[in-house]
Amino acid sequence: MQRRVLPGFGLTLGFALMYLGLIILLPLAATFVKTAGLSWEQFWSTVTSPRVVASYKLTFGTSFYAALFNVPMGVILAWVLVRYQFPGRRFMDALVDLPFALPTAVAGIALTSIYAKTGWFGQWLEPMGIKVAYTQVGVWVALTFIGLPFVVRTVQPILEELEPELEEAAATLGATRLQTIRRVVIPALLPAIITGFALAFARAVGEYGSVVFISGNMPMKTEITPLLIITKLEQYDYAGATALAVVMLLVSFALLLVIQLVQRYLFRSRA
Amino acid sequence: MKIPNLLRALLATAVLGSASASAKDIELLNVSYDPTREVYVEFNAAFAAYWKGKTGDNVTVKQSHGGSSRQARAVIDGLQADVVTLALAADVDALHQNGNLLPADWQKRLERNSAPYTSTLAFLVRKGNPKGIKDWPDLIRSGISVITPNPKTSGVARWNYLAAWGFALKANNGDQKKAQEFVAAIYKNVPVLDSGARGASTTFVERGIGDVLINWENELLLTKKLRPDDFEIIVPSISILAEPTVAWVDKVVKKKGTQDVAKAYLEYLYSPEGQAIFAKHYYRAFLPEVKEKYKHQYPDINLFTIDDVFGGWTKATKEHFADGALFDQIYVK
Repeated sequence: MQRRVLPGFGLTLGFALMYLGLIILLPLAATFVKTAGLSWEQFWSTVTSPRVVASYKLTFGTSFYAALFNVPMGVILAWVLVRYQFPGRRFMDALVDLPFALPTAVAGIALTSIYAKTGWFGQWLEPMGIKVAYTQVGVWVALTFIGLPFVVRTVQPILEELEPELEEAAATLGATRLQTIRRVVIPALLPAIITGFALAFARAVGEYGSVVFISGNMPMKTEITPLLIITKLEQYDYAGATALAVVMLLVSFALLLVIQLVQRYLFRSRA
Repeated sequence: MKIPNLLRALLATAVLGSASASAKDIELLNVSYDPTREVYVEFNAAFAAYWKGKTGDNVTVKQSHGGSSRQARAVIDGLQADVVTLALAADVDALHQNGNLLPADWQKRLERNSAPYTSTLAFLVRKGNPKGIKDWPDLIRSGISVITPNPKTSGVARWNYLAAWGFALKANNGDQKKAQEFVAAIYKNVPVLDSGARGASTTFVERGIGDVLINWENELLLTKKLRPDDFEIIVPSISILAEPTVAWVDKVVKKKGTQDVAKAYLEYLYSPEGQAIFAKHYYRAFLPEVKEKYKHQYPDINLFTIDDVFGGWTKATKEHFADGALFDQIYVK
């Protein structure tokens, strides 16, 4: 083994494993243990009842579209923040982090009061037949709001590293503006974009606080899975609640794994 | 000079200390449901004065509020509540079933089935009652939007649901099938299911959603007092007698040695002073002299009880609110 300047591989690895185990794996293991109170049939009928299935579709579907929407928007925002100097840039930069820091309930209440039919946007949108608050669109709006910083903050540092000289070189070699973006800028950003997408998506799947205010919580229509988990808890159905938690855990993990693999594949094929 | 000051301070503490050795400082935690915030602030102060006069001890009562079943769950999970004052008996039953925190017959330990104050449900409509809502059948008309919270998570929502069911039973000579159709038709007109009573009030009052809000009578009277020009209260022909129940939590009071004071606290709810405070906050008192004094705020409603029509909470919960039971069937065909 090569000698390193700073020793301590064993120590830091041990520490990292212990920390992961304590903070992440132990609570997750508890979820599985609690679910074990159910028989396989009970578990299966709990996690496949129509109302629950409708909530998976809503949760994973709107999370996907919210993250997807945040990709172009987030990249443009990052681009503006990195490439241009203008008054108010630092303020704008700070604003991006707000959805991170804001308690999600506050975000939910604020969004609801804006999009409800008495709100600033709602009073114009509703007469046009566009309903946002208390519909699936509202859920999507909330998830877009909380997901934005993830895309911006993962793309931004990569964009800072990407020298404008590269674009100039492409231009002098005869590339059109569109070609420069497609062939030079996007490929360099792609791994960061995928990471940002995955983070925004994962965050949205687990979101509870902001969504319950704006969704209206109608069974089969606007009920997200985390809400069903809470509902089950309020009925003292601990095992049922953890059964749903286990399903969300497995699906989220599988999706994140797939995204990782895609990213690695893209990265390799380029290198 | 520094040292004499310090000495004086020490002396003062010693004196105070000896004084409080004879007068105990007791702390109680009352875990309650959503709309009782204001009334218990006043009641706790009155009880502290009463207890001080009776025993010389200083008692401070802390309060915790939230959706009724969420509060019960917090107590099951270890919140050290000396007393619980919840929206419905089913949530107190849960303390027995899920943690054996109190005996099964807790409801027999205090008078009137452990319900010292009651309330009922009524409708709140917008000024001038533009949609002409008078009684339960108006709620199923097309084009009427009804605000009521989710019965799975909210105490009052369960009362609302059962009140509508009880009305439909009476109107259809006890036909359960017709009652189910009637209640389902109401929920077809519900655009938002909030998780609790206050949330539903906010949706109706602040967000301007819905034509009618079904909620606690006491909550509606409070809203009406705060915004007298915007709303009207409509009293339906028949409604359910909502009985919020109270109990001391045996496991906690034994550990903390607060049995006597916790019991006295709940019994004080039945006293003329306690009753007057609750009547002032729009709950229905049972003592005749208090009832007489506040009768102007309580219109006559034909009230039925959950025991009469549904055979008690345990049965009603199982038949109506369990997963896959009647309420779920409204949404999942």
